[in-house]
Amino acid sequence: MNFAAIAWLVLRKDLAIETRSWEIVSTTLFFAVSCVLIFAFAFVKEEAAPGAAADAAAGILWIAVAFAGTLALGRTFERERYGDTLKALLLAPAPRPAIYVGKLLGIVLLLAAAEALLVPLIALLFGAPFFSRPLILIGLLAAGTVGFGAVGTLFAAMLVRARTRDVLLPILLYPITVPVIIAGVRGTSALTASPVNENLALMWLAILTSFDVVFVTLALWTFEPLMTE
Amino acid sequence: MIEFDDVQLVDVSRHFGRRRAVSHVSLAARAGEVVGLLGPNGAGKSTIISMLATLVVPSAGDIRYGSMEDRRPPSSIRSRIGLLAHELHLYPDLTARQNLEFFARLHGLDPHERVDRALASAGLDDRGDEPVSGFSRGMRQRLALERALLHSPKLVLLDEPFTGLDDRAVGLVAGRLRTLAGAGAIVLLATHDLDLADGLISRMAVVRNGRLIADEAPGGGLRARYRELMAS
Repeated sequence: MNFAAIAWLVLRKDLAIETRSWEIVSTTLFFAVSCVLIFAFAFVKEEAAPGAAADAAAGILWIAVAFAGTLALGRTFERERYGDTLKALLLAPAPRPAIYVGKLLGIVLLLAAAEALLVPLIALLFGAPFFSRPLILIGLLAAGTVGFGAVGTLFAAMLVRARTRDVLLPILLYPITVPVIIAGVRGTSALTASPVNENLALMWLAILTSFDVVFVTLALWTFEPLMTE
Repeated sequence: MIEFDDVQLVDVSRHFGRRRAVSHVSLAARAGEVVGLLGPNGAGKSTIISMLATLVVPSAGDIRYGSMEDRRPPSSIRSRIGLLAHELHLYPDLTARQNLEFFARLHGLDPHERVDRALASAGLDDRGDEPVSGFSRGMRQRLALERALLHSPKLVLLDEPFTGLDDRAVGLVAGRLRTLAGAGAIVLLATHDLDLADGLISRMAVVRNGRLIADEAPGGGLRARYRELMAS
């Protein structure tokens, strides 16, 4: 079987499992929304002018995405730990990086669903003008999500047999993905600034895309040796 | 498709950090044989099975599948290897049928007929559409064996395949392994259960502290010979 077919098969299997319980989708979305609501209680004041907390909106969006993403990564690989099914995937007569890509696509889809909920919610609560340049915002979110997911999927797969995986995942993941989070926040801030700084947002989008190329390439290159003990 | 009639470990060692799991093991298994990999807990049996399954790379030595001597064999070799490990490699949230269909597709096979046949072999044809989470250990074990054999592997690796099986199921699995070996498969069976291994295996390889201490035909009285080896 070719690379794309294996990746699609793994993604479809993850979706089939998820649609039986909706466990990861519901916990991830609930956690992301809770995060935003707590920030809203802290930053949005009744007496303040509308949109006064908009400056914080970009940071809150990316914090919620990063935290929810970490939760989703842990839960997704917990399923592969039970019954040691990750090993069964690695036994397939196929390029092992295809398994990685399938898992990555699942995480990206899940985070895309979270972002589809978070963006309008944050725009509403914080008065953030997220929709002034919707295509650039989608580009920033997509590139940031792929970069975060690429590193997260690799680390979550590596840690699947570690006893302290829940502690180690954020410790390893956040320092490496800091450039992605910074680029995402700065790019999104440029879109919520008044006036909108489109060039700055595009520059951060280009930087995010280059991070994606580096992270995905490194992950594809290292997945097989890291997963083969 | 890669074809081979024997598999060999040539002076294979595997260390995990400072811990020596397998040390200078040389062992060969040929088509038609059921080789029993015997030894106490922590002897290195599972590491040998994992190395043969390409999940663990030897620290030293070579594993040869027929004439292939590559230290990192191509991914296509895995289409000829079936593994039933201690963990069952099944998704509990999926049905038995969905599990088998997924693994059949993962091996590039058309699942339809194979899955029906596998469910019948596992004695689960009437429960194929139920989630695996509702199955007993024995039912899962039978399903996992069919999952491992779905792609008609040449090298069949089994780590404690009789765990959780009742007497009838043990007889069925033992019969299945004999049939596989009779059809030309290489069967390597790691087990503690000497009573079950006796009469099933055609050769015993005894491992202790990561070293191969015996590789011989079992003859009569497998348990007595095993005790003798362990005491020496």
